[in-house]
Amino acid sequence: MSEQDDNFDDEDIDLNALPDDELVEQMQDDLYDGLREEVIEGTEILLKRGWSADKVLNEPLVGGMTIVGVDFRDGILFVPEVLSSANAMKGGMAILKPLLSESEGSSAGKMVIGTVKGDIHDIGKNLVWMMMEGAGYEVIDIGINNTVEDYFAALEEHKPDILGMSALLTTTMPYMKVVIDELVNQGLRDKYIVLVGGAPLNEEFGDAVGADSYCRDAASTVDIANALIAARRAA
Amino acid sequence: MLKPLNILACGALANELIALKKLNGWNEMNVTCLPAHYHQTPDKIPQAVEVAIDKIHAKNNHDILIAYGDCGTGGRLDSVIEKAVQKTKLNISRLPGAHCYEFFAGSAQFAALHEAELGTFYLTDFLTQHFDTYVWRALGLDRKPELLEMYFGNYKKLVYLAQTPSETLKILAEQHAQTLGLAFEYHYTEYGALGSTLNQTMNVSVPQHRYA
Repeated sequence: MSEQDDNFDDEDIDLNALPDDELVEQMQDDLYDGLREEVIEGTEILLKRGWSADKVLNEPLVGGMTIVGVDFRDGILFVPEVLSSANAMKGGMAILKPLLSESEGSSAGKMVIGTVKGDIHDIGKNLVWMMMEGAGYEVIDIGINNTVEDYFAALEEHKPDILGMSALLTTTMPYMKVVIDELVNQGLRDKYIVLVGGAPLNEEFGDAVGADSYCRDAASTVDIANALIAARRAA
Repeated sequence: MLKPLNILACGALANELIALKKLNGWNEMNVTCLPAHYHQTPDKIPQAVEVAIDKIHAKNNHDILIAYGDCGTGGRLDSVIEKAVQKTKLNISRLPGAHCYEFFAGSAQFAALHEAELGTFYLTDFLTQHFDTYVWRALGLDRKPELLEMYFGNYKKLVYLAQTPSETLKILAEQHAQTLGLAFEYHYTEYGALGSTLNQTMNVSVPQHRYA
C-alpha cells in the first residue's frame, strides 16, 4: 500500500464525482459509519441526478440500514453504532419524506406505534419507526408513556393495519396485556395486527399477552410486518 | 451459630456486601459475584446465574440468596431460580424488586420517585463511582457524544440513591447530572432491602445438630 493510500480519508471523497453505483456503495458505507452530513449530501446528489425518492430510499438508505441491522443481530455492531446510523438515515429521510408523501398509494401498510404507560424509553421504538418507514409503511408515532385511552384514540383516528407497542422495563411490559385485553373486550382485537417489542420481552411473553408477534429488533419487525400483512391481504 | 449462606450477586453490589459482612461479622456468608457489566446486557444474566448456582451447589449445600432484582430479564431470572430450587432442593431466593434501585430505595419510595417523575435516571454508589465505565462508555457516548439527546432526551432528573454518606460521591453524582443535562436529587438510602433481607436471612439461628 502506498503512503498516499495510508493517508486515505473518507472526508476527501468527492461524492459528486462518483458514478451512481459507487455513490450508492459509498452512501451505504457512510450510513454504516453514522456520517449524517455525507448521507444527506449523497441523497441530494442522487435526487439532482433524477433518481426518484423511492429509489434513493430503497437502495442507499434502506439497503445500508439492512446491513447495519444484520451486523447488529450478529453482534458485530452495538447500540451506539446503530443509533448513529439511524441518525444518519434520519438526515436522508428528512429530505425524502416530503417527496415520498407526494406519491400516493405506495404505502405498504399503516402502523401506530408508541411506548406503553410508565415507559419513557423510546430508542427501540424510534428504530422500528425508521425501519418501517424505510420499508414503505406509513407510521404514526404516538410517543412515550401511552395509556389504553391513548392507543385507542390513535387507532380510531388513524385506522392502522398494525399496532406496535414497546417497553424497556420489566415493570411496564405487562401493560401491553392491558391494551390487548381491552381490544378483545371491545371486539376489536382481530381488526389489528399487534406487534410487541423491547429488551426484556421474548416470544413466550408475546404469546402470553396475546400479541400477533414479538419482534426481536427493528429489522425483524419489518419482516414480520410484511409477512403478517401479506397473510392478512391474502385471506 | 448463624446459618451459612451463599450470596450470588451482581458485581455492582460487591462493595455493599463486603461492607455488610464486615460490619455484622457474618463470616458464614460466602459471596460470589458475576460481572457488573451484565447490567448492560440483561439477557446474559439468567444463564450466568444458572451456571453459577451449579458451581456453588457443587461446593456446598447451603442456601443461596441471589442478590439481583429482576434486572430487565423479564421474569427469566425467576424461572432460572425456580428451576434451580427444584433441581437442588435448596432454598434459593432473590432480592425483592425490579432492580437494585428499587431494593435500595425501598419499593414504596421507589414507586413514589417513579410516579413523581417518569423521566428519572438513577445512580447508586457503584454507578456514581464507575459512571464512565458503566454509563458513559457503555452507551458509546465517549465515541459518539452526539447520541446524548437520543439516550437522555426523555429524562428530566438524576436521582442519586446513596448507600454511604459520602460528600465526595454526592458531588460526583451531581457532576454526572450536569454532564447529562439533568436536574439532581439526592436520597440517602443506606443498604435498603439488601441490608434488611440479609439481616433477616443471616440472623435465623440454626440449632446445633443434636445427634452429630
